[in-house]
Parts: sequence; structure tokens; C-alpha cells
Amino acid sequence: MNKAGERLYNGIIKENPTFVLMLGMCPTLAVTTSAMNGLGMGLTTAVVLTMSNLIISLLRKVIPSRVRIPAFIVIIASFVTAVQLLLQAYLPSLNDALGVYIPLIVVNCIILGRAESYAYSNPPIPSLFDGLGMGLGFSLALTCIGAVREILAAGSVFGFQIMPDSYVTINIFGLAPGAFFVLAALTALQNYVKNKRKLAGKDYEKIQSGCGHDCLHCGESGCSERFYDTTENAGQTAGSAVSEMQKAKAAADALETIDLDKEDK
Amino acid sequence: MSGLLKVSSNPHIRSKVTTSSIMTAVVIALLPAAGFGIYNFGPRALAVMAVTIASTVLTELLFGWLWKKKITITDMSAVVTGLLLALNLPVSIPLWMAALGGVFAILVVKMLFGGLGQNFMNPALAARCFLLISFPSQMTDFTCDAYTGATPLAALKAGESVNVMNMIVGKTAGTIGETSMIALLIGACFLILIGVIDLRIPGTYIVTVILFAGIFGGHGFDPAYLSAQLAGGGLILGAFFMATDYVTRPITIKGQYVYGIVLGLLTGIFRIFGPGAEGVSYAIILGNLLVPLIEKFTMPTAFGRKAGARREK
Repeated sequence: MNKAGERLYNGIIKENPTFVLMLGMCPTLAVTTSAMNGLGMGLTTAVVLTMSNLIISLLRKVIPSRVRIPAFIVIIASFVTAVQLLLQAYLPSLNDALGVYIPLIVVNCIILGRAESYAYSNPPIPSLFDGLGMGLGFSLALTCIGAVREILAAGSVFGFQIMPDSYVTINIFGLAPGAFFVLAALTALQNYVKNKRKLAGKDYEKIQSGCGHDCLHCGESGCSERFYDTTENAGQTAGSAVSEMQKAKAAADALETIDLDKEDK
Repeated sequence: MSGLLKVSSNPHIRSKVTTSSIMTAVVIALLPAAGFGIYNFGPRALAVMAVTIASTVLTELLFGWLWKKKITITDMSAVVTGLLLALNLPVSIPLWMAALGGVFAILVVKMLFGGLGQNFMNPALAARCFLLISFPSQMTDFTCDAYTGATPLAALKAGESVNVMNMIVGKTAGTIGETSMIALLIGACFLILIGVIDLRIPGTYIVTVILFAGIFGGHGFDPAYLSAQLAGGGLILGAFFMATDYVTRPITIKGQYVYGIVLGLLTGIFRIFGPGAEGVSYAIILGNLLVPLIEKFTMPTAFGRKAGARREK
């Protein structure tokens, strides 16, 4: 089903939680001292996110909206506890490296954000893939940041020495300021690539399903295009007629996906 | 008489002072210290200066080209940043590290925030701290052909006696530009005489450090100890040439006094209670971050307003 692939693409590229939504900055900055730590943290979060999205989506008719946040937290905390026990049993070294950031996954804003903005109002299968996509996007981002920092601060990737012995390590990239530098540089890089594609018109029609650029009636709180409409900017160059056409098409897409959702129910 | 009046909009009186004339004055004022550095540490000091200045100017030029912005190297500020950075480095530093520091100062601290006037902290000092954290062993290795011992402040902290006269003249180990108090003061006097800087920030800064060292230093107000604290390390260089940076100091008069006192307290705390012997550069960049706050609380009341009314919204 196409929806699952779209959700994966959305989580990994289009609304990457780290580089686009800027969510979960605390673990992003704190544990990415090496590629391995970044990958471990990312995958741990991905597991919790996928499972909690699925369960919350299944229970969305049962949970009263007034107490939904405590209910989400209970579900998420259960999975975090389970995952931490598994890590302690099978990957004790990773558990030690990540330390307090594993229990802190409970309050990771990506997980709560996806539960609130997607899983609580969408059917289980898309929610599962939404969680998986977001989790993989988070893992990818953390691994990239960790790899760059590890190369600069230790001359290695995943523990393998790749720089020559004469390489002088730059310690600051192993410390907090280096995390900010690398995060900013990678975010700028991916924005540069995306903007270039957008200007070239390649990425243009892949508007996120369910988004008719009708922000007023949209529950997607984590949407990166919530407060500004990029179609306006593109419309200036391409002519307003094209922009209107695309808007109409996006609206039609939106209707279609809503119908699909109803079928799922 | 034609009877026609020439109409023009204000300003009608233009000062001849420009950014590049101020920056050139700062470069001239730094020349005695730079010259003494070369005399004291040998030609390698000159090489370090050349590398840092070349890297700062080239970075600014390339940034202007690549991002299609106005080329701003003619305002001389990149030269000042490069020279100040070199004066803050030990002479034995590998040249590529010096160049990396220059790139960091201009690219990350200055240009990415919008260029001169927008940088939130002193680029030269931020680059020094970047290098100090990244390469601690190379940045604190002050041994060279002329000197092998510790810097005077480190010796002082270890409880050894230091020769204050040598420290005032500058014949000690240290970074390229910080050792000679006399050469730095000559440059500072020049800047004060032509009105580029005034004594508000350096004065309060130095007095605060001396008072702090006298009270908490454990030696009382012993003249030898206090003059060693004054002449040692980067205090004079920092107080006259970096704390007074127009971009990163407070614009209000009251705020400048507060800023000087804050810098003095931070330097005193870092020097006496911190693990290292020196704390001027960290004190100044930390002080830079407090500047918006200081300005907010020292903004003078507008004419006709009640005092304190500005804080109401």
C-alpha cells in the first residue's frame, strides 16, 4: 500500500525529525559523540516510537481526549522500560554509553509529538509506518552527526580508524559545542540540497498526503510548512496560474487520502 | 549671487571617521606589541601573524564571493581579527592550526551571523577558545627557543616567585602578543589619544581584577603579587584591545562600567579559583554574551519619561 511508503519517505526525508522538525534535540546533542552511540540511540527510539504509535493508534477510540497525554506517557514509558531491560540484558555496553538518555526517551518530544499529531487520529498501519519512518529518520540523522563528530574528534567511524596516524584530533567536536556546529552544518547542507531541488521543480509535486495547505483545519502540529506556504514563493517564479493548479491538485490529493482513511476504518 | 539655495537631506555634517580608519588605527596600535613579539620569539612569530591574517582576510573574501555578498575586506576588520588572533597564540603552534583559527573566527563567529557589527562575541577570542578546547596541548605549550619555563601566571599560581620587571618589559614566556605590558600600553595610549577607545571598560576591568586578586588571592595587597597579576597573562591585551571591541561591548555608558566590573570579576574567579592560571579570554567571551542583558538594564530613560517607566510594556 502506497501510504506506508509515503509515511516512510515523510519521516526519513521530508519531515526528518532532527533536520526539519528540530525535535528531540536533547539526545541529538548529548549522545552523538560517536556513530555507534548515535545509531544505538536512534534505533532504540525508533523501536519505542513504532510500537507506541501502533498501540496508541489501536487505542485511539478508547482513550478519552481529556486524559490522552497521561495515557500516551504510560504507553511510551512501558515500552521504554521494556527496551531498557532488553538493552541491559543483551547490549550492556551500549546501555552504559547512553546512560540516562534511555529512560529520558519517555519524554522525547518526537514520540509524544507523533502520538499526538498522527497516531491519535490515524489508523494503525499508517501510524506504524509513520513511527518507523520517523524513527529511521532520527536514526539516520543521529548516525550522520555521530559519524562526522567521531571522524573529527577521534579520526574513526564506528570505532574503525580511518584517518592516518598523523591526523590531529579536534577535541571540541567530541564536546557539546561540536555537537551544535555539526548539527547546524548538516541542517544547512540538507536545506541547501532540498531548496535546490525545490527551485528546480523536481520535488515540487510531492506534497505530503493529507496536506492541502489548509493549515487552519490541519491537526499536523509538527508540520514544517505550517506557518508559511512555500507554494506562494514558487508561484512568484512559475506564475500564479501554475500555483493555483497545483493547489487544486493538492486539495484533490487530500480528499483522496481522507477517503482512503475512511476505508481503513 | 544666484539666490538659489541648495537643498539636501541630513546628515549635513559628516565625520571623517570610518570603519576602516578605526580599524587601521587599531592595527597601528597593535604594531608595538606585534613587533616586540617578533623580537622576543623570533621570525616564527611573524609567520604565525602572516598566516592568521591571510586566513581571516581570505575567508572573508571567499565568503563574499561564494554567497554573492558585498566584499567587505576593505574595512580592515578581518586584518584586526587576524592580528589579534596571532597575538593570542603561542609561537610554537602549528601553522595550519593558526589558519584554522582564522577561518573559524571569520566564518563561524562573524560572517554566518551577518558580518561586522552582527557578531555576538569577539571573533579572535572565540577562535582562541575554539583552538584551546580543540588542541589543549599545542595551545598551552609555551616553550620555544627563548623560554622553556612556565608562563609567569602559572608559576605564580604554583607558588613560585616571578620577576615582575621582566613581565613588564615582556621578556617572559606566553602568547606572542601578551607578554610586553609596555608595548601594549604604548598602543593603548595611542588609541586613547586619538579617541578610538576610552578608559571606562579597561579601567574598571583592571581595577576590579586587582581588587579581586587582593581580596581573594591569598597574598593580601602585596604590591609584587598584584603587579604580577596585572602584568602577567593577557589582562592588558584583553582589557585595552578586546574588551573595548565596538561590536561586542555595551553601548550605554553605565553598561560599560558594569561590563568592566563583570569582566574583572570573571577573570578574577577564573584565575584564582579556576583550574587554569589564565582566564581573560573566557571572561571576555562570557562577558560578550551578557552584553544584551547589561544594555537592557542600563538603557537611559528617554527625555520626558519617568525613570523606570521603560520597563513597563
